[in-house]
Amino acid sequence: MNQIGELLGIALGAILVNNFILSQFLGICPFMGVSKKVETALGMGMAVIFVMGVASAVNYPINKFLLMPNDLGFMQTVTYILVIASLVQFVEMFLQKAVPSLYEALGVYLPLITTNCAVLGVVLQNTQKDYNFIFSVTYGVTGGIGFLLAIVLFASIRERMEFAVTPKSFEGFPIALVAASLLSLAFMGFSGLKIW
Amino acid sequence: MTQTVIMAAVVLGVLGIVFGAILAFASKVFAVEKDPREEEIGGILPGANCGACGYPGCSGYAAAVVKGIAAPNLCSVGGASLTEQIAAIMGVEAVTGPKIVAEVLCSGHGCNKTRYEYEGLRDCRAQVKVSAGHLQCTYGCLGGGTCVDVCQFNAIHVVDGVAVVDPETCVACNQCVVVCPRDLIHLVPLKTKKHVAVNCHSEAKGAEVRKACDDGCIGCGICVKVCPKEGAIVMENNLAKINYDLCIGCGICAQNCPRKTITIDGVVPEPKPKKEAPAAAAAKTGEVNATASTDADAEAGRLTNPSEKLEKAKAAGDRPLSDGERLAPSSQALDTPAEMLQKKAERPAQKKITDPK
Repeated sequence: MNQIGELLGIALGAILVNNFILSQFLGICPFMGVSKKVETALGMGMAVIFVMGVASAVNYPINKFLLMPNDLGFMQTVTYILVIASLVQFVEMFLQKAVPSLYEALGVYLPLITTNCAVLGVVLQNTQKDYNFIFSVTYGVTGGIGFLLAIVLFASIRERMEFAVTPKSFEGFPIALVAASLLSLAFMGFSGLKIW
Repeated sequence: MTQTVIMAAVVLGVLGIVFGAILAFASKVFAVEKDPREEEIGGILPGANCGACGYPGCSGYAAAVVKGIAAPNLCSVGGASLTEQIAAIMGVEAVTGPKIVAEVLCSGHGCNKTRYEYEGLRDCRAQVKVSAGHLQCTYGCLGGGTCVDVCQFNAIHVVDGVAVVDPETCVACNQCVVVCPRDLIHLVPLKTKKHVAVNCHSEAKGAEVRKACDDGCIGCGICVKVCPKEGAIVMENNLAKINYDLCIGCGICAQNCPRKTITIDGVVPEPKPKKEAPAAAAAKTGEVNATASTDADAEAGRLTNPSEKLEKAKAAGDRPLSDGERLAPSSQALDTPAEMLQKKAERPAQKKITDPK
């Protein structure tokens, strides 16, 4: 029971309190780049959930059984990047064969996940916080859900902002950055949230 | 220490090899089968990715051809020879059309007549935003060279303040057509032996055109009258337009144009020789009376029968009249339609000149 509570805590933390984008400021580039339309934002979020979850699952045994016994903790970053890049490649090939429609929909965003620092962030934090396998995967998946939540919220705001009258110098990207910071401020309100 | 370094290299190397092997295996297992013809066509396409065919890049076009959606003759860059190659790969018959080139509908003879000095970014898109360009003619080529910048084939250049297309190198990729803020560049087929072109895009009234340009189209309609092929040249919004589906390239319109707006193969022709004149125009005269009734004609009709007027004009030499020139003192009532229009345009507008359609 205690463990389930802890899992809930991790999930809530990853989605709301320590949201990867809005509180930890990781993965900002896809957040700004793919948030023009809710539809694409949704697709990107789904892909990130998948990659984050699988990356957490794959990196845990590599760290546990390969790096730690050989005293190679300093190699974590390099190894994780290698794993994530291969993983994304693999997912891309798999999707192209198995679900071509999803592959077409995600388009260029799928390979872009390779450079999404939120994915690297989640696996590095897994080792930092010394999570076990279950906790790592939970943190990865819920971190992805947090990413999805943030990017879909932001995309909805941006779709509305298209119609707003903005000063000339603020049109487009600048006003989007301001909106992102306000959204981030709003998420700061969750920082007091605790399950117990 | 050395052991750690070696271990690090070994671990990372092994991981790399393992992942590489998995990916190589996966690429075999999950390989999506592609039509080999697609690669073959992709290989012979020019690779310019200009988008003239209407597909996203050369690979997109290759895929569309293989799927049977696109015809093999859409790549204007490769031209007829490429069409034959693609058709051979696809096993269909090649249908090649005439060579198509871009054409700038401006002679540039109004480029010295400016309303203000423009000192800014050398880009037509910027220039046209400053009170519709610095030229008096609000239709003419600004000579900013934006089309030159977008041309990937070095086929368009700014010569004496006006963009000029080199028909030899132009591949009709449509880039300049899209970018020109004046909408001056058009794609035209070179299907007749001699290519006839109206070098003007001005829809302004005759008087304005005359002020702004040495040889802009004033919409007199003479070309429409002398054209032996009905509908091959038409007047639209004070501007002569050639319908290349019908044009036979005879060049009679160019010879008769009083403003020297129409060119044959880019050259203003000599005025029509006398002996050819009656033959070409006489065949047309009856038709003219019946069909092509311009406003100028309506005015002329008040004074004299148009056919009579035309014949007399022919008798008087039938050469293009330069500005303000009269046929003869006694023939004032027998002005050509061009002169009627000019005179009318010079007067303060008493009656609105509607489109001579």
